[in-house]
Amino acid sequence: MALDSKIPKGPIKDKWTDYKNHINLVNPANKRNIDVIVVGTGLAGGSAAATLAELGYNVKAFCFQDSPRRAHSIAAQGGINAAKNYQGDGDSTYRLFYDTVKGGDYRSREANVYRLAEVSANIIDQCVAQGVPFAREYGGLLDNRSFGGVLVSRTFYAAGQTGQQLLLGAYSAMNRQIGRGKIKMYNRHEMLDVVKVDGKARGIITRNLITGEIERHSAHAVVLGTGGYGNVFFLSTNAMGSNVTAAWKAHKRGAYFANPCYTQIHPTCIPVSGDHQSKLTLMSESLRNDGRIWVPKHMKDVEAIKAGTLKPKDLAEEDRDYYLERRYPAFGNLVPRDVASRAAKERCDAGFGVNATGEAVFLDFASAIQRYGKEQAHVKGLNENDAALVTKLGQEVIKNKYGNLFQMYEKIVDQDPYNTPMMIYPAVHYTMGGIWVDYNLMTTVPGLYCIGEANFSDHGANRLGASALMQGLADGYFVLPYTIGDYLSNDIRTGPISTETKEFADAEKEVREKLDFFVNNKGKHSVDYFHKKLGKIMWNKVGMARNVKGLTEAISEIKALREEFWKDVKVPGTNEEYNEELAKAGRVADFLELGELFAKDALNREESCGGHFREDAVELDGEQKGEAKRDDENFAYVAAWEYKGEPSDAVLHKEELEFKDIELKQRSYK
Amino acid sequence: MNLTLKIWRQKNASDKGKMVDYKVSDISPDMSFLEMLDVLNEQLVNNDEEPVAFDHDCREGICGMCSLYINGEAHGPDRGVTTCQLHMRMFKDGDTITIEPFRATAFPVVKDLIVDRGAFDRIQHAGGFISVNTSGNTIDANAIPVNKHDADKAFEAATCIGCGACVASCKNSSAMLFVGAKVSQFALLPQGKIEATDRVLNMVKQMDEEGFGNCTNTGACEVECPKGISLENIARMNSEYLKASLKG
Repeated sequence: MALDSKIPKGPIKDKWTDYKNHINLVNPANKRNIDVIVVGTGLAGGSAAATLAELGYNVKAFCFQDSPRRAHSIAAQGGINAAKNYQGDGDSTYRLFYDTVKGGDYRSREANVYRLAEVSANIIDQCVAQGVPFAREYGGLLDNRSFGGVLVSRTFYAAGQTGQQLLLGAYSAMNRQIGRGKIKMYNRHEMLDVVKVDGKARGIITRNLITGEIERHSAHAVVLGTGGYGNVFFLSTNAMGSNVTAAWKAHKRGAYFANPCYTQIHPTCIPVSGDHQSKLTLMSESLRNDGRIWVPKHMKDVEAIKAGTLKPKDLAEEDRDYYLERRYPAFGNLVPRDVASRAAKERCDAGFGVNATGEAVFLDFASAIQRYGKEQAHVKGLNENDAALVTKLGQEVIKNKYGNLFQMYEKIVDQDPYNTPMMIYPAVHYTMGGIWVDYNLMTTVPGLYCIGEANFSDHGANRLGASALMQGLADGYFVLPYTIGDYLSNDIRTGPISTETKEFADAEKEVREKLDFFVNNKGKHSVDYFHKKLGKIMWNKVGMARNVKGLTEAISEIKALREEFWKDVKVPGTNEEYNEELAKAGRVADFLELGELFAKDALNREESCGGHFREDAVELDGEQKGEAKRDDENFAYVAAWEYKGEPSDAVLHKEELEFKDIELKQRSYK
Repeated sequence: MNLTLKIWRQKNASDKGKMVDYKVSDISPDMSFLEMLDVLNEQLVNNDEEPVAFDHDCREGICGMCSLYINGEAHGPDRGVTTCQLHMRMFKDGDTITIEPFRATAFPVVKDLIVDRGAFDRIQHAGGFISVNTSGNTIDANAIPVNKHDADKAFEAATCIGCGACVASCKNSSAMLFVGAKVSQFALLPQGKIEATDRVLNMVKQMDEEGFGNCTNTGACEVECPKGISLENIARMNSEYLKASLKG
């Protein structure tokens, strides 16, 4: 099947408006006869479920957590971008569009990104109207801060809990509709398959995680807002339950999976402390507004710090290497995430890592504390030369801005970041790749939509900070509710979809067989044993720097591990009860397939772009020496994979990317 | 370090349940409490025993999924943290640790350490929202200025993660801190004033129907709250309730 992205004709700034003016609508009386299933209740799924219900559709929403409020969007810290230009610093829809395409290393679809920038301002208005308590200035207006890869302040925030506040906003909109009976909420339910009838997505099979009951649910359309697949690395900043299962089942039913190798490794996470580690914790990118990243210049100081004989704060300024400021003077500590992560790896690989494992760099707030302290002393008419006072005042400002993050750091690492620099290292955080969707956010399966992190469309090969929240809410509040109406206008005479059909029965049978297999297998090793092994292969060979040899090895190692898993996995208990090991087994089985496709995609893409860095594709000389080298002539396309059985049989379909409004350039942050 | 764990095991909602002893060894002080339980569960699976069921997800203290009543305290002995952020350095070699589910009539046990907190959701369905449809045509965000002091207070109330530690800590199993936080967030903002009367009446009514107890001002909830939600929110809810009742 040829890929049709269905991008509307006309100038980019008119596409979305013209599109909305010409789509088919469903009248309010008919909406009452149409059912929509929404899987996942994070920012994308939650906002979509609420908005579709407000419009009058009957929504069934599903989440595996005990409440929709706990989806992992809740953990997003730093902020949400919007082209409001409240700071008068030159921001505009075009500039947000441009920054996002450039930040994504020219691997996203122009029309989608422009639309995202266009609706971004509406998101802030909507959230404020819902009562989301964004940070404000003393005059009562909204405050902004800056994020990586941009030169304006367009990020709205609520301390370090922006995701929480936005998700609670979407959750409150859902609650209103649950109260009205327009959303039927299924907590602790996991989607285990998509059901297609006559080629269209018409329902899902779920497992009730408390009772183990297998259920059939039908609808006229199915929307997946099921998040990213970073947990294929086992260790990531994702929640323990975050998984690829819903997206992978959709893939197996015909939805193409796009750019699986585009993964964001976030530069500022708390380093791994030992083998017991179950997840990694992010320290928000917003910290790079005030924190300066460095390692010692000299090896003797690295060793002294590791040995504990030298305190990092006692090392003289001239003996520190602020390597981001040195290499990228224009953007300094606020270079995009992929660039910052690679630079940290480069220093640590060269032996300058500052902790026992050699995998950590410093993020230092001392100069910001002094700067803010002096400012406060001045404002309050106090003595600006009183060092203790200035430090105290400065620490208060930092506490106000990032208090919860500093507390998290202190609890995990057992060090006080107000008095000694934080230690940080890159970790898997976000997946730009995902289910392929057209301009309507529909997958290659008619009636199956995919929104938020689960789809691939807006961030190209690298996502800018504070853009995930923007995309999730843009898709759910302002894009999908229009585009899905155009599709559903053909279903006004369809009537309820029966679940008593062969298609549902077959899908249910398949699900049951797999669950039965797991509980009866009685193998040798736990699910985590396999998951951890997969994670190690992914991190070592498909991680921050990739090469042909490593990727080829990864592909065969993952295949072998998958075979071992199906032979030797051990799942205690039964199907008919709460059984977390059973739920995990299904998820890891899917990760073991995705992981191989991921490596295959990385092997296919013989260029470096964004989060995908190939050691055989770097600039060899000139000012950009050592930086990633893109190959626009051969790889300016979306790699969309069609399922054909084994991941090794997946068939590649290319969506060529056209850049009409932005000139393709090398991404320079120097 | 080596530890003895006394853990509540209960097959399902109708099972009677009992405490069972387990031993774990080589626990690192850098582990989180849940990572220590991961070690136990891995051990149980390898010995063909059933792992201990407990709720958890984000493991960074924000989703509110984890619960656990550890040595008689919700989220254990540390302050200002959820169980997932509680680290083993708070314990010492040879300790015996008692682990129970959050206990309250309104939070029935599902299995082992997992409870059903659906009552919290139902209270929110009753009024935890501002009735505004999504349209793209609401007024510009900066057309609603909010005094910074009020905005900050509303934010502090809104940082509640809905974990239920307040209920588990309260001798009356009262949910007033949770409900007070939501009522306060909206009461402090101009956007929330229009529906203030109905909101507080409906939410309190639902809270009572769910079987939560009353507040007798002992303040245990505030002490155990991992997010430091202030008792002031209960006072604000009471005053909102009084105003609404007089109007109603």
